[in-house]
Amino acid sequence: MAVLTHRSSASAPPHIAARLWRALEHGFDALVGAGGNPLKQLGALGFLLLWLLVGSGAVLYAVLDTSASGAYQSIEALSREQWRWGSLLRGLHRYAADAMVLVVLAHVVREWMLGRFRSFRAASWLTGVPLLLLLFVSAIGGFWLNWDRLGQFSATATAEWLDALPGLASPLARNFLSGTQLNDRLFSLFVFVHLGVPLMLVFGLWFHVQRLSRAQVFPTRALATGTGLTLLILAAIRPVRSQGPADLATVPATLNYDWLLLFIHPLTAATSAAMVWGLLVFFMALLLALPWLGVWRARAQPVALRAATGDAVEAGATLPATSHTHWRPAALTQFVAEVDPDHCSGCRRCVEDCPYAAITMVPHPSGRVGMELAQVRSDLCASCGICVGSCPSSTPFRSAEVLHTGIDMPQWPIDALRRQMQSGLVALPGPRRYVVFGCAEGADLGQLSADEVLALPLVCTGLLPPSFIEYALRAGADGVLVATCREGGCAFRLGERWTRERLQGLREPRLRASVSANGWSLVAADRGDEAVLAAALQALRSRTAESFEYPESTA
Amino acid sequence: MKRVFNWAGQALLYGIFAAFVVIFSQWPAYAPLAPEEALIKLSFVHHGQRVAECRPYTADELAKLAPNMRAPLKCGRERAPVTIELDIDGALAYRYTAAPSGLSRDGASTVYKRLELPAGKHRIAVRMRDTTATSGFTYQHDATVDLVPAQVLVIDFDSERGEIVLL
Repeated sequence: MAVLTHRSSASAPPHIAARLWRALEHGFDALVGAGGNPLKQLGALGFLLLWLLVGSGAVLYAVLDTSASGAYQSIEALSREQWRWGSLLRGLHRYAADAMVLVVLAHVVREWMLGRFRSFRAASWLTGVPLLLLLFVSAIGGFWLNWDRLGQFSATATAEWLDALPGLASPLARNFLSGTQLNDRLFSLFVFVHLGVPLMLVFGLWFHVQRLSRAQVFPTRALATGTGLTLLILAAIRPVRSQGPADLATVPATLNYDWLLLFIHPLTAATSAAMVWGLLVFFMALLLALPWLGVWRARAQPVALRAATGDAVEAGATLPATSHTHWRPAALTQFVAEVDPDHCSGCRRCVEDCPYAAITMVPHPSGRVGMELAQVRSDLCASCGICVGSCPSSTPFRSAEVLHTGIDMPQWPIDALRRQMQSGLVALPGPRRYVVFGCAEGADLGQLSADEVLALPLVCTGLLPPSFIEYALRAGADGVLVATCREGGCAFRLGERWTRERLQGLREPRLRASVSANGWSLVAADRGDEAVLAAALQALRSRTAESFEYPESTA
Repeated sequence: MKRVFNWAGQALLYGIFAAFVVIFSQWPAYAPLAPEEALIKLSFVHHGQRVAECRPYTADELAKLAPNMRAPLKCGRERAPVTIELDIDGALAYRYTAAPSGLSRDGASTVYKRLELPAGKHRIAVRMRDTTATSGFTYQHDATVDLVPAQVLVIDFDSERGEIVLL
């Protein structure tokens, strides 16, 4: 077997944390299928729960008496005196908040374990960290609005915790001394915390997904329906009830406690306000510093290839130093897609397909009216090469000796891929020859040990123009296997989806319908799925062997 | 068959998730205060006396001031710290000296302290000093209170009445 190792240099063995998370995801895949796996849609699930909170919260606010003396009664009336819908709505609101905290924390853990917080992803990570605070502030503030015993305890404990900060002229906790009735103006502040902070959260989320194109702000319909129904059933089986009206003259004896949202109060009581402030500052600082921590252990830069010769060159020698990327540590700088004005037709397909909104269109330097040229923002470019796969100029059928395309990756030029495929096919001893294009983040192509296989790992299969399959078949390959990551598991978000849709003829550039379906195959195989990859290759072998023995059957 | 397996898998996952949410959103119960205990909240917002006594301006000082700034008395801004002592059943339970707030130390001194104690009868003595004196107290309040479990007793200073109050 021939494996072009310089292309796979982008793929170091995954960190143990990544392997653990992948194993968990694979377990969920086996249970519910890759398409419905909630672990791959945690961000979208978080958005869904936020929409549920906003919707149910808007109705709850409409019936809430926003005075300290009337709030409790109004919520009680909704819960007990209305038909079941009031209780359901309240339960949905509370349980959606609990679920959102779990889902968001799982989202953070996932991105951390998969190492998705550095380099071009740092902006999304950094804008996400403050949202954690806003989420908890919004959630805790919701308990105060009800102004029952739990709300009284939470508001008092929060005030005492805030009083540990220097600079307050008067202790906030004095607002909750017994013998005083809670001030309506203070209650208005509660309303602001629970309405204003979520608005800030939504605004922050807009920043959080700014650098993603086609950000998934809604999970699959099945997952959304299942989640919504689960929360409604929960609200029906176990309604959320108030725990008696607030009474500042006494301390609540026993509370049915929401540990998911209010864990900070018992933690403060068990330690001290200063300790909890310290922990909070420590964890926030740690999360914010994460993109810069451990960069010396970050993945080494892939070796670059000279476009014309395919010779390896040192990565650092050709890295573009731009004003947008200079802040990144040297270990995290990476190559940026380059546009060739002579070969860019301005078709916008790269703009459509880029997962990180890194490409925009500008007037073509030729000055011809209506002509546009793609332009890459280097700080947004993930160096995934998906734009190369989308470019119609990337077709290997062009007769030029050196294949120039409209947009190309300097470290993996498309011309080098064509050369490697041509020379690799010639080098295979035969009589049967197979080409396997695979994602470097996915199943290890090195496991395909056979003399008849040419393995070509790509940083992402989205880099592969579909016409390469037809070209390989015409150049002597008996079959072509394209191995993507599993559905929803693409390290560059959309590479697996775009590859699948292009090969199925659902997306430009399409694999031509005239290409025999017997001659190629598509398989989704993550790291660890090498057996699946081998089985897919074996199936392709069997299929093409039949064609080989009975060539008329493929006509 | 695989579809049925996936449906069953989804039902299992939703069930586990729902169980986790419903359990930890209500259980285990939390008791902010131990049974048979009561709570004292000792809290003051009080301005200490001025460190320097007010005195009339001298003629020279008045002459140097702009006409609209001429006042009969010259008063320093700095306030004395406020010292609080709380005895419960004859033993000193809390002592604290609160510095005046503000960059010029001209703001109020504040105290907020929670003390948990067993419910029942207790002899409470509160003393407050708001001058620069090193001994003696400006205000003092003694009382016997009978606290029921979970009761909150607030010890505050009523500036209108000029005395320490128990609420």
